[in-house]
This record gives sequence, structure tokens and C-alpha cells, in this order.
Amino acid sequence: MPEPRKPTVAVYKFSSCDGCQLSILNLEDDLLALAASVDIAYFLEASSATKPGPYDIGLVEGSISTPEEAERIVAIRRQCTTLIALGTCATAGGIQALRNFGDAKALAASVYPHPEYLDALPTSTPIGAHVPVDLELWGCPVNKHQVLEVIQALLQRRRPQLPATSVCAECKRNGTTCVIVADGVPCLGPITQSGCGALCPGVRRGCYGCFGPLPEAEIESMVPILQAVQRFDGEAGLLLRHISGYAPAFARAAELLAGQETDA
Amino acid sequence: MTESIQVSALARVEGEGGLYIGVDNGRITEVKLNIYEPPRFFEGFLRGRYLQEVPDITARICGICPVAYQMSSVRALEHALGVTVTPAIRQLRRLFYCAEYIESHALHIYMLQAPDLLGHESALSLATEAPEVVHNALRLKKIGNQLLAAIGGRSVHPVNTRVGGFYCWPSPARLAELESEMTWALSFSRQTVKWAAGLPYPDLEVDYEFVAQHHPDEYAFLEGDILNSAGELSPEADFDRVYLEQHVQHSTALHSHTPQGKSYLVGPLARFNLNFDQLGEAAASSAADIKLAPPLRNPYKSLLARAVELVEVTDEALRILQVFRAEGESFIDFELKAGEGGAVSEAPRGSLYHRYRLDEQGRIEFARIMPPTAQNLARIEADLWQLEPQILSKPQADATLLCEELIRAYDPCISCSVHFLTLEIDRR
Repeated sequence: MPEPRKPTVAVYKFSSCDGCQLSILNLEDDLLALAASVDIAYFLEASSATKPGPYDIGLVEGSISTPEEAERIVAIRRQCTTLIALGTCATAGGIQALRNFGDAKALAASVYPHPEYLDALPTSTPIGAHVPVDLELWGCPVNKHQVLEVIQALLQRRRPQLPATSVCAECKRNGTTCVIVADGVPCLGPITQSGCGALCPGVRRGCYGCFGPLPEAEIESMVPILQAVQRFDGEAGLLLRHISGYAPAFARAAELLAGQETDA
Repeated sequence: MTESIQVSALARVEGEGGLYIGVDNGRITEVKLNIYEPPRFFEGFLRGRYLQEVPDITARICGICPVAYQMSSVRALEHALGVTVTPAIRQLRRLFYCAEYIESHALHIYMLQAPDLLGHESALSLATEAPEVVHNALRLKKIGNQLLAAIGGRSVHPVNTRVGGFYCWPSPARLAELESEMTWALSFSRQTVKWAAGLPYPDLEVDYEFVAQHHPDEYAFLEGDILNSAGELSPEADFDRVYLEQHVQHSTALHSHTPQGKSYLVGPLARFNLNFDQLGEAAASSAADIKLAPPLRNPYKSLLARAVELVEVTDEALRILQVFRAEGESFIDFELKAGEGGAVSEAPRGSLYHRYRLDEQGRIEFARIMPPTAQNLARIEADLWQLEPQILSKPQADATLLCEELIRAYDPCISCSVHFLTLEIDRR
């Protein structure tokens, strides 16, 4: 009997730092086993050999920030049966989405002597804003164990087991004293998805939301808390408009905050 | 005969780039290394951010060397504020940086460059022929990542770096756990040097002008003046004034050159050649084992310099792990004030310069970041020109591979190109 065909995997990069792709290479112990159970058909950072599509699984790192990228993602969507957005650039536009809140032209002019040579869109947007995405895996960077779990779940045709709690819950599990309560430090832990292991409160600093907003985050009740504990004017706003700042819940929270500050 | 070479997407480099070499009538007429990494405007959106956010934001420029970005940024900001850290904080920063070198050099040597020299498409395919080598390489890389996580919380985009030091001291138990692994890492790094000496390298000798950070008492990567091949030393804070000048007449190109107007090379080859005397005993004896000493001027052999650096950093990491004591506070407290400061640190792929101007509230008014790959791009193109005889005499596929291999040997981190570069075509 012939061996069953191994599922093919393609890894793509858009506007990003390469950190989420690196998380795949950082699987170290499991990398060779993973490479044996799937056919890594397209992964430029790891291999110069590529096989033509279509592919069973597409992993996409990065955000859409140029006209070329906006076209390329549409072609890639057609090539991949299952498309997974990997990391906060791919799920919320990433740190480079900070440009979405200002004047993109002025920003380009502040960095480059000849911005007219740049071929960039005025915004940096998530993959899901351009094509349907089957699963979004948040994190800056993604948690490599979650990447492995998602691939394994796909291979086993089951639903991936991903945590559905807040960073706050992870702190409680770790026995970390609350930085808001004990130290008076603004922290996005109560409204941020878990997955990192509550690293920032673990070193006595506030969470800056790199795993994105919790789907059921209570933004309205969190905004006044952040405002009450901020240590300088504007701290809470900067915290919300950060790595995941373009995620709708955080963007709304930042607007609420700005609105209240204008009212006051 | 070789026709024009077009590589639309370079593999096994960090970030995205392409290469075009025009050949006409048996001569190379054009060499173009294209960076199509989208511009992300870091220097722009840093304006208005609070100083403690800077190491978190600049880390996101590169997932392969976030510690380099964090160290250059906090040290530049500390210069602006007049902050000096304690010996314990400094020592922990050295250890943190060693960890990044281990992870990055192991990745580059075994997963990005060695497959070329051994005729493989990837480390995964190399693993089918030499599983032992790849297993050990992954173990080495993992040790670097574990040390990064022990100090910084996680290996990619660590969370423990702040202006003035670290948010918290690392757990002594977690550091102690890594001692025996680091002993293995040192011995495997020594083996790596011997193994690397036996690899087949293409021939190419380039008359480089080297530039690297230099420190009289240690192999420099965290702090020190800037040294060049002419033996000139300049303060790290003046790096942009001495080496970086914007030439607007060539569109967006940002050209770097020495005071003598020469293009220069940063990275492991530059460090090895300029700081050979500062190598510790372990690395120096490893280099002597394979009769390796300056001048080393073959870009393909930068792998050897990386291997020797692996011995240097695993040896130093082991020593620090054995003696490190968390003394005093993990960070220096400081008063906010307006100021400006610049600093260099040696990212695994070369000198990384940051400059910031702060207002009295601690907000960034101006930021300038010069990553190593942006400085080396002109050099890579010049090297490709020098390959002309080999390119023209080889079959198309081999010539293309030779060029790709050269670019990979530089370990270019194209994600790092904070500045979008349109490269000038050299017409010598």
C-alpha cells in the first residue's frame, strides 16, 4: 500500500520582524519531528527548495502594508486550504499599525528624505481585513507551543486547544501578586488574552497587550481603572496604542480614554 | 555562458530581498540587491513615545536579534540621561547578549549558511544525512534561547529590559540550571570551530575596510569606542557623525563610509580582524587550533569568525553563570530630563547604532537607528562585482548559487532595514 500523502505546509512573510517564523525554528526539540510529519513545501527562511502549491496549510506572518502585499495575500489564499494568521502583525496589523492613527505621509517624510520613492499603503492591516482567515493565533511573538498545537490539531482533524482566559488568570495561576493593586502600575492583563505565561507582571511590570484583547474584554470598566493608576499623563493611552493598538477593542478603549480626558 | 541572473526571492535570509545581475556581451553590467522589505517607519512612530517603551518597540524591528536593539536603545537613552549602571547590571547585560549570540550564530552557521557549503537546501535536509550535527546544533541554539528566557522572560522580544537596567533580577535557580548545559555548549562550540575549518569555502579575497566596536579589556559587543582598519578610534556616540552621511543626490540611498570615503564592512569578520587580541583564552586557542588569525578577508569564511565567537560567548556565559550575584537594585532610578544620546552595540551581524533626543517629560523627540545590514548592503554589491570571473565562467545555476551563497554568508537581516534603500549601481 502506498504511504499516505503528507499534508503540505507553506510559511509566508509579510510586513514583520521574522520573529513568528523564528518561533517555528525555535521549536528545536519538536522541529525535526514536525518536519517528518508534514511536507514543508514553502518556507523561504528555512529552505531554498520550494514546491509549487496548492498547499494544505498556510501560515502567514506579518501585516499588509504595501499594494504588492495586498495582491499577494489574495493569491496565497487561493493556494491554501487552511490559512492561519500567525502573530499580532497578522491578526491586528502589528506595531507598524501605529501609523494608522496618524498622518502616514508626514510619518514617511519624517523618516525618509524622499518618501515619494516608497511604495507603502497608508495603513498596516491584519490578514483578515483582506481575505478570510481560518484561525488567528495572537502574540508578539506567537507562543511556539500554540503553533505546534494548531498544526497537530489540523493533522488530527480536531479543534486546537487554545487558552480562552486573560493574562490576569495566568497571574493568579502563577501566584503573581497583582501589579495594579500592589504596585500601582497600569496593566492590560485583565483585558488581554493569555498565552504568554503572564511574563510582564512576572517581572513586576504591566502587561502591554501583545497577545491582543480578550474577546469578551470589559473595556468600559477597565478604562477608568487604567486612568486612575497611570503614573504620568497619557500613560494609559500609550499602553493601549501599542503592539495590539489597532485591534478594535484596544482602539475603542484608547478612544474612550481620550474622550474622557477631553470631557474632564 | 552565464546570462543575466535573477533571484526573485532569496532563501534562508532574515527578511525579504531579491538580486539582479545584468550580464551583457560577456561582462557584468549591473548588480542590484533589492530590498523589498516594506518600510515600517519605526523612527517615525517612536516620536512621542515614553522612553521606557523604546526597548519594547525597537525589539520588534528584528525577531532574530531583539536583544541587540534593546541594548543599543537603552544605552543610548542612558547616555541622554547621564545614567551609569552598576557592575552587576552590566554583567547581566553581557550575559544576556552572549545568549543572543549563541542563538543567532547557531541559527546562521547551521541552519542558514552550512547547508550551502554542504550542498543542501536546508538544515532539515542536512539532518537526513548528518542527524547528529543538526541535533547538536539545535541543542546549542536551544541553550541560547533558554538563557534568553531565563533573563528576559522569553527568547523573542524579551520583556525584562528597561532604561537603567532590568525590571527584575533573574531567578538564581534558573541560571544555575543552565550551567551544565553551557559547559556542553562551550565544548560543542570548540567542535564547531574544527568542523567549520573543514568545510569547502569558495575563493574570494576582498580588501575590506573593517569597522567594529572596540574595548581594551573585553571582546566588545555591549559598549566601547568604534575602531576601523586604519586604527582610528572614535566615540560610539559620534558614530553617525563619523560614518553615516546621507547622500540625497542618489534618491533614498543612505550611504555609509569611513572618514576616508571608503565603503566598509561590519559584522563578525570585522570584529574578528579588529578585536582578535581581545578574544579570551578559550576562543584564542580554538582559533589557534585551526591556524586562524587576521587577516581573514574571505566573506564566505565569516562562518569561521562566527564559530570562534561562539566559543568566546559560551565561555564568557559560563564564567558569568558561575560568578553572577544579584547585588543591589536591578535598575538605576533616575530623574527625567531633556537630553540627547547615542550608543552602539554589536548585533550578531554587526554594529547597531541608535540615537535619541528626549524632552523633559521623557518623551522621544527624535530617533535615528542604523542597523548593520543597511551599512553592509553596499559592500555586498561590491563583493558581487568582484565575483565577475567566477560568475561568467560557471553554468547559470552554479553562478546563481554562488551569488546567493555570498549574500547568505553576510547573514543579512533584511527585516532590520529600518531605512528603505535604493541601491546605487556601482560602475567601476
